[in-house]
Amino acid sequence: MISDTMWFKKEKGIEVTTIKREVPNGLWVKCEECGEILYKKELAKNLWICEFCNYHFKISARKYIEILTDEFKELDIDIQTANPLQFEGYLDKIKTASEKTGQKEAILIGEGKIGDYKIALGVMDFRFVGGSMGSVVGELVTKAIEFALSNKIPLIIINASGGARMQEGILSLMQMAKTSAALSELADAHIPYISILTNPTTAGVMASYASLGDVVIAEPKALLGFAGPRVIQQTIKQELPEGFQKAEFCLEHGLIDAVVSRDKLKKTLIGIFDFFGVGKEEIKQEINN
Amino acid sequence: MIWLDFERPIVELREKLESLRLTASEGGNVKEDIKKLEDEINTSSQKIYSNLTSWQRVQLARHPNRPYTSDYIKLMFSEFFELHGDGCFRDDPAIIAGMGKIDNKPVVLIGHEKGRSTKERMYRNFGMANPEGYRKAMRVMKLGEKFKRPVISLIDTAGAYPGIGAEERGQAQAIAYNLREMSALKVPIIAIVTGEGGSGGALGIAVADVVLMQEYAFYSVISPEGCASILWRDANKSAEAAKALRITAKDLLELGVIDEIVPEPTGGAHCNPEETAKTLKRTILEKLEPLLSTPPEILVKNRVKKFKAMGIYAHSKV
Repeated sequence: MISDTMWFKKEKGIEVTTIKREVPNGLWVKCEECGEILYKKELAKNLWICEFCNYHFKISARKYIEILTDEFKELDIDIQTANPLQFEGYLDKIKTASEKTGQKEAILIGEGKIGDYKIALGVMDFRFVGGSMGSVVGELVTKAIEFALSNKIPLIIINASGGARMQEGILSLMQMAKTSAALSELADAHIPYISILTNPTTAGVMASYASLGDVVIAEPKALLGFAGPRVIQQTIKQELPEGFQKAEFCLEHGLIDAVVSRDKLKKTLIGIFDFFGVGKEEIKQEINN
Repeated sequence: MIWLDFERPIVELREKLESLRLTASEGGNVKEDIKKLEDEINTSSQKIYSNLTSWQRVQLARHPNRPYTSDYIKLMFSEFFELHGDGCFRDDPAIIAGMGKIDNKPVVLIGHEKGRSTKERMYRNFGMANPEGYRKAMRVMKLGEKFKRPVISLIDTAGAYPGIGAEERGQAQAIAYNLREMSALKVPIIAIVTGEGGSGGALGIAVADVVLMQEYAFYSVISPEGCASILWRDANKSAEAAKALRITAKDLLELGVIDEIVPEPTGGAHCNPEETAKTLKRTILEKLEPLLSTPPEILVKNRVKKFKAMGIYAHSKV
C-alpha cells in the first residue's frame, strides 16, 4: 500500500495533527526521486517519466521494447541457466525471478525495427536478479552481437544491471571478456553499436559492453559507474558529492556521449542510424543456435 | 617471516628445532632428535599445504611476503626499462609497465604492484589501480603491438580502486576498453595471476592467449568478504564464501577459465621466490614459443574464440 504522510508544524498549544493520505493500491505511484504522487495511467502515457522531476522509472524489458520499436521478434535461443558452482539456493532464485518477470533471464534479445531500420536488440531487465550477468546473459548478449554482425544491422543494447552475477562466480566475470571480445569483431566489421544506459548500470556490465558503444546514451538521472556508491563510501569514508555517478555527472566528466529522455530516444536513434547509414538492408540470415 | 594461523604447527616444530640446534652447538648430542624433527616438519608441511582450504589459499595469495611484479622483474628479466604514465592524466604506480628482456627475448611487461613497505604500499595504493593505470597498461600493450613484441601480464590486485576520482575518470570505461582491445591485440599475450585476481581490476589486464595461475593464487568475481557480507550480511563468513565461489587455481582450471597451474614451492611463493620465479620463467618461455610463430590474425581469432566460449549453461531441447 502506498501512503504519504504529511506533518503539520508543531506550534505551542496546538495539538500535532497528522494527515495520512491513503492511496488506492494500483492507481497511484509515488515518484522515487521527488516524492510526488503520480496518477499511474498518466505516468504510463508519459512513458514512465515523472512529469515533475523528469525521473525515469525502471521499466520492464518488454515495456521498453514496446516504447522503442515498431516491430520486434524475440530470438528463440535454446539456453537455460545452470548452476555451475552448485551455489546454494541459486536456481530457486532464478525460478522466483522468472515467475515474477515472465522472463527466462535478465535480458531479452531479438530482431526489431525502428523507423526504416532493422536492428539487433538486447534489453536488460533490472527486476531479474538486479539485471545481473551470468553465463546466460553473456551468451545472449553475444548472440545479439553475432546477429547484428551476420545481418550487418546496427546493434542496440538497453542496459540495466548491478553487474556480474555472484552466484556464477568467475564465469560471470568472464562474461565481461566474452562480450567485449564479441564486440571487437563487430567493431572490425564497422557495424554501429549504440549502448543505452538506464538506471542503474554499474560494475561488470558497465565495465564491459555497456561502455563500448560507438555512441553511449544515458537516461536522465540514471546511476552509472564502476563501484557502487556504498562501496566507495566505505572505502574513502567521506560523503559523496551531490549528483555523484548520475548520468549528468558522467556527461560532465566526459564519460558518455549524451543524456536523452526516453520519449526522445527513438527519434535520436533514427538520426544516428541515418548518419551511420547501416541497417536498411533486409535481414539475411537467421541466428544459428 | 610472517606466519599464518594455520601454519602454527609448523612454526612450533621449527621453534623446537631451533632450540635443539642451539643445544647441538653447545656440544649436546641431539643429532638424531634433529633428524627426527626435520622429518616431522616435512611431513607436517606436506600435510598442511596439500590440504589447504580455499580461505587458506586466499591468505597465502595475500601473504605480505609474497613476491610482487617488481620482484619478478628482478628475478626473471635480464633487462627492464619502465615506461610511466597514461599520457593523459598521471602515472599510476599501482601498475608497472615497461619493456624488457626475458631469456634474451624482448617483451612488454605489465603488472600490478602492491608495494612492500608501508610507505611504498601507500604510494602503490596497495596495487589497486585507477583508470590511468589501465590506460597506461593499454598504451604500453599497443606499443608492443606496434613493434611486434609479446605482452606478459602479471595480475595481483584486490580490485580496481573504488574512489571518487576513479569514477570521475571512467574506471568502468577504462576496463571495458582494455577488454575489447586486448581481445584484438595482434601480438601474443600471456597473463599470470600471481596472487589476488580481484574481479574487473584483475581482468582489465588479463585477456590473454594463455591464462595461467600460480598454485596458491585465487581469481574471483568478488572478494570472499564482499560475497559474505552480501549473502549473509556477515564478513566473518569469508571462509564459507571463498569455498562457495570456487576461486582456487584448481577450480578455475576445472571451469575452463585458465589454461594451466604454475606450481609453487611448498608453503607458497614467498618461501622461495627464486625457485618460484625460475618455474614461472620456464613456463612463460614454454608458452611463448608456439605463440610467437602463430600469424597475428590467427592469434586474435583464437583468442576471441577462447573467450567467447566461456560460460556454463544448460539446454532444454536435447
